Amino acid sequence: MAQSNVSGRPFRLFRNLNAKIAAIPMILTALVIFVGFSLWTVVYSFTKSGLLPRQDFVGLMQYERLWSNTKWLISIQNLLIFGICMLVFSFVIGFVLACLMDQKIRFEGVFRTILLYPFALSFVVTGVVWQWLLNPDLGIQSVMRGFGWESFAFDPLNNSRIVMFGVVIAALWQGTGFVMVLLLAGLRGIDDEIWKATRIDGIPTWKTYLFVVVPMLRPVMVTTLVIVTAGIVKVYDLVVAQTNGGPGVSSEVPAKYVYDQMFLNQNLGQGFAASTMMLITVAIIIIPWAYLEFGGRKRG
Amino acid sequence: MKRRVILAATTAMIGCAAYAEDLEVTHWWTSGSEAAAVAEFAKAFDATGNKWVDGAIAGSGGVARPVMVSRITGGDPMAATQFNHGQQAQELVEAGLMRSLESVASADGWRDIVHPASILESCEIDGEIYCVPVNIHSQLWLWLSNDAFETAGVAVPNNWDEFVAAGPALREAGIQPLVIGRQPWQASLAFQTIVASVAGPEAYGKVFGDKDADVVNGPEMEKAFAALATAREMTAGSNVQEWNQATTQVINGQAGGQIMGDWAQGEFAIAEQVAGEDYTCLPGLGLADIVSTGGDAFYFPAIDDPEVTAAQEELARVMISPEAQVAFNLKKGSMPVRGDVNLDAANECMRKGLDILANGTVVAGIDQMLSPDAGNQLADLMVQFFNEPGMSVDDVKASFIDILEYDS
Repeated sequence: MAQSNVSGRPFRLFRNLNAKIAAIPMILTALVIFVGFSLWTVVYSFTKSGLLPRQDFVGLMQYERLWSNTKWLISIQNLLIFGICMLVFSFVIGFVLACLMDQKIRFEGVFRTILLYPFALSFVVTGVVWQWLLNPDLGIQSVMRGFGWESFAFDPLNNSRIVMFGVVIAALWQGTGFVMVLLLAGLRGIDDEIWKATRIDGIPTWKTYLFVVVPMLRPVMVTTLVIVTAGIVKVYDLVVAQTNGGPGVSSEVPAKYVYDQMFLNQNLGQGFAASTMMLITVAIIIIPWAYLEFGGRKRG
Repeated sequence: MKRRVILAATTAMIGCAAYAEDLEVTHWWTSGSEAAAVAEFAKAFDATGNKWVDGAIAGSGGVARPVMVSRITGGDPMAATQFNHGQQAQELVEAGLMRSLESVASADGWRDIVHPASILESCEIDGEIYCVPVNIHSQLWLWLSNDAFETAGVAVPNNWDEFVAAGPALREAGIQPLVIGRQPWQASLAFQTIVASVAGPEAYGKVFGDKDADVVNGPEMEKAFAALATAREMTAGSNVQEWNQATTQVINGQAGGQIMGDWAQGEFAIAEQVAGEDYTCLPGLGLADIVSTGGDAFYFPAIDDPEVTAAQEELARVMISPEAQVAFNLKKGSMPVRGDVNLDAANECMRKGLDILANGTVVAGIDQMLSPDAGNQLADLMVQFFNEPGMSVDDVKASFIDILEYDS
């Protein structure tokens, strides 16, 4: 290994030349579109651009306005509520469902399809469906009252204090099946020998799941975590379809703030500043993950 | 042989194009009365031998404007598009993406026929006219359901104060006293109406036009903010979203009143209600004889094709022609932009508006005074206020001053 490295070093750039040439278009796309345009956005977030980009630099003014704006602060707060609830519940529910599926039950395929099905729907459809379900005059509340429970009240979408939980319910309904399937795939990858060994040692099944299987699922968990988290940061269409930020501004989210600033308020600078803050958030999530996934392997 | 057919087909197409041009016109007029009104324009334009391709964008202006702007900046412009005149399209004009209509406007003498003149001035940038104003909308109205007050056993109010006094009686009869759709622009509209009516037109001009913080802190605005808090109490319990759903509640007598622009009148007309018998309209909340001169206008993106350009000019002429103005505005429930047209068919409410336009106080619309940025921030602030019973008037006042300062 070491020897081939030494002899190959001078020609390293030319090794696998065909593959490298083939990768050039993708590399250019990544550099120009992802890196280049992101940098452009960051640069213009320091300007006072209106409907069209203008090189009228104003320093940190857009950021000052951003962080003193109630709507943005509410957006951040909502994203935290949404993110924490989503992560906790989708993992807990998803894992429990995956374990249940893993019991070699009959008609597993049918159940798996039913639970995964909502994931095939777009967030827009999900949002509209749950807007109806949570509408006090047609949805769950009116059905319960129809059954004779007259005092039943459940209308999160009209209550600014709990509206985000209405959004979380819809997102969980849509996304939990996906988490379940990923974790189930991980569970299927666990060697049967491990199960036999724990059974011989007399360890209860639930303990095996929590203390043996979960640590072994780490790679699947990390991947799922990154996918779910990325989905949380960019949540937009669900909120637009379900509540459109209302009532008032109580269910605003950062991605919607960016869109509203750029296209409704005709204030590109402010939208760029907000999207730069979102980019930083995503970077904070992605960089440690990339380090764990790729950095760790090289060392090993 | 084949080539000859293609050639013939091409010639035929070119031949057609010389006589008739298809123009795509985008707008956000999708409610019953609005669609009926815009069909009048389409009919008049089709009569010239051209073809109106309707590009209605459902939602509201807030949904439609980004689509329109991105099509224009993205190099796929429509032939004509609606905006509220004022500052919404200003940057597009400054960037040279919109064509000037100066040649048509000066040839046809728009500056003489458009009344009030301020409505055309908002189309003017650097001395050239860039849009065709098509209607005058006054936002400052209170619409009342006569049925609702009859059910509650109180007389139909003549002004805001009587309306507030009748609130508890309406509640008792199971009627929602006031409905305001829970969308930001509607909350903002209610605020503007209250400022112009309760604080008075002078304070309104100083607040929105001069952005004078001293006036915002002054005694007139104190009254306006108090009225705003009252309005919030009277809307409590309603969760209507769209303005026309709110109007429907007033039409059905489920709600006592709605603060809305005069386009609500179109909905009453479609429901075959009669002004004065079934419903009552109070311009300036019945406190002041005022109308505002917001409105809709059509802008024409610059397109490098002489045939399209000629058709655009034709469309502009059609829109401002007396016949189209009357037909359109009667359906839409708005006032025509020219004073020289025959409006015998106008109903009681529209007459009130026209009288004020001729003799009363005319104030500028908010789109003419605030940038879209400030306008939307104001709307966000107001919808927040209406939805959060815990938000105090002082908080609103402070945030409002911040918005005005940023815009000046």
